[in-house]
Amino acid sequence: MTSLSKVKHVVLILSGKGGVGKSSVTTQLALSLATLGHNVGVLDIDLTGPNIPRMFGIESSTVLSAPGGWIPVTVDGGETLEKSGGSIRCMSLGFLLRDRGDSVVWRGPKKTAMVRQFLTDVLWGEMDYLLVDTPPGTSDEHISLAEQLRTLTIVDGAVIVTTPQAVATADVRKEVNFCKKVGIDILGVVENMSGFVCPHCAECTNVFSSGGGKVLAQQFEIDFFGAVPIDPTFVMMIEGEIKDEEGKKESLLDKYQKNALSPIFKDIASKVVAKTIPTPGDG
Amino acid sequence: MVTFQPPPELSLKDPPKVAPELVAPEPEHCPGPESQNAGKSDACAGCPNQAICASAPKGPDPDLPIITSRLSSIRHKLLVLSGKGGVGKSTFSTMLSHGFASVSPETQVGIMDIDICGPSIPKMLGADNESIHVSSSGWSPVYVADNLCLMSIQFMLPNPDDAIIWRGAKKNGMIKRFLKDVEWGELDWLVVDTPPGTSDEHLSVNTYMRESGVSGAVVVTTPQEVALLDVRKEIDFCRKAGIRVLGIVENMSGFVCPNCKGESQIFRATTGGGEALAKEVGVEFLGRVPLDPRIGMACDYGESFFDAYPDSPACKALMDVVGKVRKLVGDDDDDAGDAEDE
Repeated sequence: MTSLSKVKHVVLILSGKGGVGKSSVTTQLALSLATLGHNVGVLDIDLTGPNIPRMFGIESSTVLSAPGGWIPVTVDGGETLEKSGGSIRCMSLGFLLRDRGDSVVWRGPKKTAMVRQFLTDVLWGEMDYLLVDTPPGTSDEHISLAEQLRTLTIVDGAVIVTTPQAVATADVRKEVNFCKKVGIDILGVVENMSGFVCPHCAECTNVFSSGGGKVLAQQFEIDFFGAVPIDPTFVMMIEGEIKDEEGKKESLLDKYQKNALSPIFKDIASKVVAKTIPTPGDG
Repeated sequence: MVTFQPPPELSLKDPPKVAPELVAPEPEHCPGPESQNAGKSDACAGCPNQAICASAPKGPDPDLPIITSRLSSIRHKLLVLSGKGGVGKSTFSTMLSHGFASVSPETQVGIMDIDICGPSIPKMLGADNESIHVSSSGWSPVYVADNLCLMSIQFMLPNPDDAIIWRGAKKNGMIKRFLKDVEWGELDWLVVDTPPGTSDEHLSVNTYMRESGVSGAVVVTTPQEVALLDVRKEIDFCRKAGIRVLGIVENMSGFVCPNCKGESQIFRATTGGGEALAKEVGVEFLGRVPLDPRIGMACDYGESFFDAYPDSPACKALMDVVGKVRKLVGDDDDDAGDAEDE
């Protein structure tokens, strides 16, 4: 596959359950990896609910096609990331839709074809990490992804995202078994929405219980990457509500540096880096 | 030059015919082996299945009348939808069913869980170790109360953690069996809990149930724009498919700290939340259900939240939504007095 020939690592973000924060984790992982100086690509294969454009605040961008393929959309115009040397580029079906409210009512075969096209027809170029954000479940998109990536040696594995409650981990267990069946390595588990710190009294409430991710990791003998609390300021950051003192529009990366979640994700990102096979010439 | 080709518009209103046995995977722009164009569209040229699809019996699927007669004894059929995952579709379906069932002991309620890859209803109703009994007249749903039964693929798994790695066509077959082979009996309500997205499961349930009449869909969302974005797509789907949207419920709306009683917005509604969306798309707003950690706990342990915390604000909000849904489908006349007592 030529489009992925210069990509060094592919990491999948999976979860059997919906709404646990796969896209949020993908976004934050991408931001953290970019801060560490990596060139990061984000591929959103959630076709019926693409969230990545919204997450990076690039909903109005469109994908350009060039001879040989689609050019992914660059976050923050690529300029603000120069300090760290990293960059983020995204591809999502959201960029290809005429209206953001349009539904994508596709049956399996069309979804399969789209996933294949995303993996063969996007001009990723030189890239350290390609993060693949997936829809919930273990169906068409996942099967196609596994089939397409099977022959590639650059696929390092999957990061599993879960929330702590038993109803969510029950579905996530299915995803872990899916990975085992199709031979995708699991890098580790991230427990998202683990506790909420009340802004009024600083008391931490376990809104969706706690510890479910850790138990899951122990059960399946996989690494536990960490627990991420609920932080409403992250949602506000994504929604572009936080501005700096002068009211200037800051780049997403700068904003994220100030977010309380960024140290947690820096840690998770370094664990992902440590787990991915070092290839020659990798910084 | 790579171009983006939207697939041919799927016909959401034609009755399907029988899906033939295929010899190869469906091609990219496959119209669907059960569609009336099977074997005849442009995408079919060169497909190894073309001859099979083209020669399959014409005319609507003979199973459709069977499904319709199975469902004819069900008074109200509700879909619980949301484009987004994890917003509480299953939780809401469970609550709605408990709510309907509590109106009177005579009200018969069924839940059909068509989330094939991530079934959650059995766990939420405390029935995850049950299995299905098969008799000559069909599959018996699992009863968790005298007037509350459910059907889910979870009951058919040898191991509860088994992944169901199925492509669309196989999922559709399962949903068809849920409708055709399950002995639902006389029901006042059938609540259909769906997976996130707008794909095979949604198309199938719509085509199979169209004939027997769906009372409407309740759309669940959370307040933040990232969720509303997907929910908007689901409403667009309902429009295209001709499903009546009864209204939007906003779940996880506001959180009251159990320590200091201070309220905070965990999933901040920066664009107005469910209410603004309801106005934008012109459907009714059914209410807000606050985020209460005890709902999650009740679901994990398979208990009824209504029975455990009848005085909580979340319970009141849910009961209010249940009442509105009943009113919208015209079920509030006969036993409204009983509802007041709840």
